[in-house]
Amino acid sequence: MIALSVVSGFVLALTAPLLLRLFHHRTGWILALLPIALTVFYAGHVGPVSSGLTFYESHVWVAALGIHFSFLLDGLSLVFSLLIAGIGTLIVIYSGGYLHGTTELGRFYMYILAFMASMLGLVLASNFITLFIFWELTSLTSYLLIGFEHRRASAREAALQALLVTGIGGLVLLAGFLLIGQVAGTLEMAELLTRPQGLGGNSLYVPILILVLVGAFTKSAQTPFHFWLPSAMEGPTPVSAFLHSATMVKAGVYLLLRMTPVLGGTELWQILLTTFGGVTMVLGAAMALFQTDLKRLLAYTTVNGLGMLVFLTGLPSRAGITAALVFLVTHALYKGSLFLTAGVVDHETGTRDIRQLRGLYTQMPLVTVAALLAALSMAGLPPLLGFIAKESIYEATWHLSRWTLAGTAAAVTANMMLFAAAGLFVLRPFFGRSGTADHHDHHPIPISLWLGPLVLAVMGLLGGLLPGLVDGSVISPGVSAVLQTTADIHLSLFHGITPMLGLSALTVILGAALYGLHPKLSRWVARRSGWARFGPAAWYEHGLGAVKHLAEWQTLVLQSGHLHIYILIILLATMGGVGATLILREGLVVDWQPDSVRVYEIIVVILMLVAALVTIRSDSRLSAIVAVGVVGYGMALLFIDFGAPDLAMTQFIIETMTVILFALIIYHLPKYRSICSRAQRVRNALVAVAGGGLMTLLLLIALTVQRGSRLADFFKENSLISAHGRNIVNVIIVDFRGMDTLGEITVLAIAGAGVYTLLKLRLEGRNR
Amino acid sequence: MNSLILVTATRILMPMLLLLSAFLLLRGHNEPGGGFIGGLVAASTFILHCFAHGPEETRKLLRIQPGYVVAIGLLLAMASGCLSLMSGMPFMTGLWGDLNLGGGQHLPVGTPVIFDIGVYLVVIGAMLEIVLTLAEEE
Repeated sequence: MIALSVVSGFVLALTAPLLLRLFHHRTGWILALLPIALTVFYAGHVGPVSSGLTFYESHVWVAALGIHFSFLLDGLSLVFSLLIAGIGTLIVIYSGGYLHGTTELGRFYMYILAFMASMLGLVLASNFITLFIFWELTSLTSYLLIGFEHRRASAREAALQALLVTGIGGLVLLAGFLLIGQVAGTLEMAELLTRPQGLGGNSLYVPILILVLVGAFTKSAQTPFHFWLPSAMEGPTPVSAFLHSATMVKAGVYLLLRMTPVLGGTELWQILLTTFGGVTMVLGAAMALFQTDLKRLLAYTTVNGLGMLVFLTGLPSRAGITAALVFLVTHALYKGSLFLTAGVVDHETGTRDIRQLRGLYTQMPLVTVAALLAALSMAGLPPLLGFIAKESIYEATWHLSRWTLAGTAAAVTANMMLFAAAGLFVLRPFFGRSGTADHHDHHPIPISLWLGPLVLAVMGLLGGLLPGLVDGSVISPGVSAVLQTTADIHLSLFHGITPMLGLSALTVILGAALYGLHPKLSRWVARRSGWARFGPAAWYEHGLGAVKHLAEWQTLVLQSGHLHIYILIILLATMGGVGATLILREGLVVDWQPDSVRVYEIIVVILMLVAALVTIRSDSRLSAIVAVGVVGYGMALLFIDFGAPDLAMTQFIIETMTVILFALIIYHLPKYRSICSRAQRVRNALVAVAGGGLMTLLLLIALTVQRGSRLADFFKENSLISAHGRNIVNVIIVDFRGMDTLGEITVLAIAGAGVYTLLKLRLEGRNR
Repeated sequence: MNSLILVTATRILMPMLLLLSAFLLLRGHNEPGGGFIGGLVAASTFILHCFAHGPEETRKLLRIQPGYVVAIGLLLAMASGCLSLMSGMPFMTGLWGDLNLGGGQHLPVGTPVIFDIGVYLVVIGAMLEIVLTLAEEE
């Protein structure tokens, strides 16, 4: 059933364009039935999971390699699945209203449903390879969704940037997974989690940890990889809300939480996570303050949120994990709502510029309610869930055994800036006096647009008022799954007078002051916009540029356009590879006893040698080709002599074909002349002699080695019995080594098509 | 190239060469020969025709574009390998049946023969594609 719940999204994705033709503007509501059903399905597991059960399901895939299509539904995957399917429902409905009238809506539904299914697969997967595949699928669907408006160059660039950063991170992660598989002897998360000991003591722990962290940090936009996330705002707003705030970017956090029992608990883990997370959360919040675009402001606060989550995951206490899970749910609710609100604002007014938006509450009252509730939650004010989350965060940092002050200061700083950012988002745009921008086309906002933000915001309020709704059902099972113990968490809005309450008050005071100072600060920052060229986004640009230059350079070197250079490179590469292998593997042992050599063999060989000399000394192409032909025919004679009629026949026909081909093109070739200097000729001669010498040596060694091979006997014995053929050569070609032949004829087919295409292009070019 | 000798010789040689190519193809499993050699012989037959009558005439004679011959050959070779998949064996496992010719004569027939025919067609198609295009250059 779990596998089905993942795969069903892909199936629906494929049929989405068809459904759009059937149901037109109601399609969003129809498609939302699946995520609703999935939400109900996962919600049905809340009871059993919170009583301590986990659900595991495995399907055969590549059993020999330990790769299974297996899924694990426990407290942690349950939280994520509920968020993905629940928010997914609202997003699908919202998209119908937001992208109404877009010609490619079917394509959009397809991508977003495929994304949802991939994301569910990611958080439910138990096998590392399955997880990796869904991980990369979310990167790919994210690429398609960011670049949905592909006619804009900026959207394409942002899509590529996100794909490169998260894709490369994904490959690094794969390396980490494979190392884990090697060290632990299993690729099954479910099995690994039940082991009492993590991998902390293993000698490969540090490389594994770093590989996994690179994967998680790129996906979850941690500094210095955070820059792709604000760029990703080029995607349509439902995408930003769903992928780039509520779900996909949390995949890295999910992985860290998931791997806590396996990789967590060590000093290195704590230091790396709290450092990177701490820097990211402060930096993200600070950058958010100086954005003028609503969506970019939210993007940076998302960077802040992700940093916060990584920071909390790294804290060495249960309180840290608890705070992480509470904040995870809180953040998904308010950030999803805020993004959708920003989308409505953009959709209705045509701008997302904070400096132009004023007094939106008259125009969109319900949306304003949603924006206000969500912003209050982001600011961490009671009675919203955001307040409880913030209290939990302070609870976690305040009780640290060391670096208490640094941790608490970082958390307060980030939260205070978040408070000011929430004010920037909601106060002036929605409640400021309507002055400059006046919008006359007051038409009611369709339900599909206001439903999503309002539901999410109200859930944030309900969670705050009735924390009992979330603590037992999702938070406790989640914490239990992460720590692999039984945790019973109780959240409440008011803890009494505690240091945490004091910190909250301090946050509000500092945040309000920061909001007041904001105009001055932003003028100061605006004067220093040139600093961006030192940021990681610039590193990305330089890195990409460097790769392009490298590619250009090596193409110029290798693809010179001169045939003799190509042949030289091929020969040298072959000689290098073969020579190195010979020396390293076999050693240069030649144990060759010449059998009796017959006179006519010597005559044929002398003939071939003379012909070869004629070839290189000849002044005309025709005589050179004829001389090469003589070498080939001599070879065929030798084949006959050694009892290989098949080879000889082939050789004869090939030599004939060569002459035919040559006859066809001889009149088109330029004048035959020497194009090499003396030094180059000497170099070519050296390479040729070395190549021939190596080949000779190889054959002699092969003769030696072959005496120990059982292959020839095997072919001789089995050719007639199991392959029904007496001609061993042919049986090898079509049966024993049929796969090779299949590859060869494919190459032949491609070569034929290549020649045809090149010549036809030339002919057409000439006719034009 | 309007040589009477060549044209006349071609008329006599062509059927014999084509028969030879089929002969080489079919006997390949037990005696020297096989799809590759057979294909080369068949290709040279048509090349001979091309020299005698020109590439346009050869294309007319072929009726089918060489590219399609290549495609059909590759498909045959692939399909012969896939047959064994359907009976649950690894890709390209040779399957053999016995053809009763009557009078106590039996002819074993197997998927490698189909594979060899695929090779034969690919070789003919690719060679003709190259040579005919080159010949049209003139």
